Amino acid sequence: MLSRTAENMFWMGRYMERADATARLIEMGYRMAMLPGSNELEEWRSVAAASGSAPDIAEATRLNAGSVVQRLLLDPDNPSSIRSCLTSARANGRAIRTALTQDMWEALNDGWRSLGQMDAETALKNLPSLLEWTKNRTAAFRGASEISLLRNDGYFFLRMGGLIERADMTLRLLDVKYYVLLPETDVVGGGRDYHQWTSVLRATSALRAYHHVYKGDYTPWGIADFLILNATFPRSVSYCYRAIKRFLDDLGELYGENSAPQLIAGEMVDRLDTLEIEELFQSGLHQFISDAIDTTRQLSHEISKAYHF
Amino acid sequence: MYNEMFSDDRSVRGPYEKVAEWISAAGVDLLKLRQSEAEAIFRKIGITFAVYGEGGDPERLIPFDLIPRVFGASEWRKLSRGIKQRSRALNAFLYDVYHRGEILRAGIIPEELVYQNEAFLPEMIGVDPPGRVYSHIVGVDIVRTDGDKFQVLEDNCRTPSGVSYMLENREIMMRMFPQLFHAGIVESVDSYPSMLKKTLEEVAPIKCDDDPTVVLLTPGSLNSAYYEHSFLADLMGIELVEPQDLFIDNGLCWMRTTRGPQRVDVIYRRIDDTYIDPLAFKADSLLGVPGLFSVYRSGGVTLCSAPGAGVADDKAIYVFVPDMIKFYLGEKPILENVQTWRCSAPDDCKYVLENLKDLVVKRVHGSGGYGMLIGPHATKKEVDAFRAKIKANPSEFIAQPTLDLSTAPILGEAGIEDRHVDFRPYCLVGKEIRLTPGGLTRVALKKGSLVVNSSQGGGVKDTWILAD
Repeated sequence: MLSRTAENMFWMGRYMERADATARLIEMGYRMAMLPGSNELEEWRSVAAASGSAPDIAEATRLNAGSVVQRLLLDPDNPSSIRSCLTSARANGRAIRTALTQDMWEALNDGWRSLGQMDAETALKNLPSLLEWTKNRTAAFRGASEISLLRNDGYFFLRMGGLIERADMTLRLLDVKYYVLLPETDVVGGGRDYHQWTSVLRATSALRAYHHVYKGDYTPWGIADFLILNATFPRSVSYCYRAIKRFLDDLGELYGENSAPQLIAGEMVDRLDTLEIEELFQSGLHQFISDAIDTTRQLSHEISKAYHF
Repeated sequence: MYNEMFSDDRSVRGPYEKVAEWISAAGVDLLKLRQSEAEAIFRKIGITFAVYGEGGDPERLIPFDLIPRVFGASEWRKLSRGIKQRSRALNAFLYDVYHRGEILRAGIIPEELVYQNEAFLPEMIGVDPPGRVYSHIVGVDIVRTDGDKFQVLEDNCRTPSGVSYMLENREIMMRMFPQLFHAGIVESVDSYPSMLKKTLEEVAPIKCDDDPTVVLLTPGSLNSAYYEHSFLADLMGIELVEPQDLFIDNGLCWMRTTRGPQRVDVIYRRIDDTYIDPLAFKADSLLGVPGLFSVYRSGGVTLCSAPGAGVADDKAIYVFVPDMIKFYLGEKPILENVQTWRCSAPDDCKYVLENLKDLVVKRVHGSGGYGMLIGPHATKKEVDAFRAKIKANPSEFIAQPTLDLSTAPILGEAGIEDRHVDFRPYCLVGKEIRLTPGGLTRVALKKGSLVVNSSQGGGVKDTWILAD
């Protein structure tokens, strides 16, 4: 496959995932801000910080839903806004039309302009349905890829892009929540903020799933365990890395040679497999998260190097 | 004026019986509703067309008219023979002018028209393209001026566009009105992509010693015909490459892939001659693959169409196509040319200047319906401006009579209305000559207008060739 095609597949996967994750993030902020006793400013601040694309407004003293929605949903100059992600994913897809199936293209193309003319006020008024719409778009795209795309290198690159983005989003969310909520390391595990920890689950659409696994017992280590080490939850770091590893192995088999990124992903999977959450908290959760963010960035870089894009 | 659907007493002509039945059964209101549905589908699929220099929406739709344009089986038989004949002659001409130039020596075509033509590439002299084919896809623009009178308006030997509309228009008609096609009365156009692929494989270069790898070279997703490029590559199952995906190494052409370099044998290029290779042609071109032309010359890769093929579809050369048919094939031309005056010939020029009010004047190298004068529709000021231009540079212009183009029904504001149409079939030339029963019908949507170009407010229709 053309290297350019692989690159576009990879980034299309990343952008669609980012649009989806950003929608979940805004949804979390929106839900949390509505809860009694919540600090609206703090909620939106952590949303802005976790998105990774609005450090300036995360620091701002005045911050409200409007400015966050403007920046994360509509801003054409923010490459990570939902609007930019959908537009970029479509541009990636359009540049490699032949590598996409008709179903995938229609899912990318349908309604891509609709955020173009919208102002923040209108968006805020229709926020729940816009976020729902975004999630539907990305789900439709994912579904179309699942049922129509050949399981060859193109599919592997697409999925790996999405998984890397997803692992990154989960890690960054944990990073922000860890810092913002538990500034003093000795209170880690103190269980002092039920709200804030459940918000992390909300942002990853994990609330119900968590219930099933941990029977409603919200603890910081339970939540960290779920989002980092649980291999069955599709937004966990462990799940993402296992899947990335599998696709890299498939690719290696298809091309008949092993690759550098395969090693990186393999090491990470081994590490996650042997880690216990208590150990992780003891040795420093934050350090682990920072390292994992770096590893993910490096993995993405090594993939593009290994496959010439 | 010939009306394709109705004869003079307003009775429906044979080929249109099915269409007429359908229109009256469905009713105009329902059809209008379906027309807007069709537009939504086109938008969703992403079939768009950008027009350079117009600004506005870079992904514009070409208007699609629901009512098909129909040719009867016997009409098509004649057209088909004429189109193939013309395609053969044009390729023979190209081989000749880049070799011995017999037709020039015989005094049939003035030398300067060829050798001083911008589209003539001296670099191509003596090059032998595989199968002696230069123009692998010949688009012949045909108008109908009477029941049995078809005339060729121009030839397109480089990379004629629009074939995706032939396929998509049919697709959408079959999707929306499957019952129309049930009895198998309409010839299928589905075979076009596989015939195109076969054609391209047949012209593999001499250095190719395995199954040829064919690619489609596009300038990129900002090109106005990008949709078509990706559509065709997809249907042929070949890679759609951009110039930066290709490189030259060791006298061969390669593409960059995730597994390292892969050899490329045949390039169906949708990039103009002068942008193919900055080393051979336009040095300041950002497009292009440095060194590609020399690999082509040495038989390492085949370019379709061959560089320099454009000299055959020049409007000044067009005048001589019937002579080419006689000269190279020893046959009588099946399709007529439109009478054409070349302003470079003093007698013709004099006539043109005296009759500007009645003529259509075109630029020799122009295309797309830009910069032409339609005498009967022009103001006195426009006519005078053109007169000055012709006088200043006569060899830049040709003139033709204002043609009485046939009309076909469209679904207009007021119901069924008549509009002028033309027709572009796509003839494939490899080891064999192949022609899909169909083509692109373009329609001038503005009442009375004779300009069918999509850049000038033209639309498209599905074109039916009835089965025997």
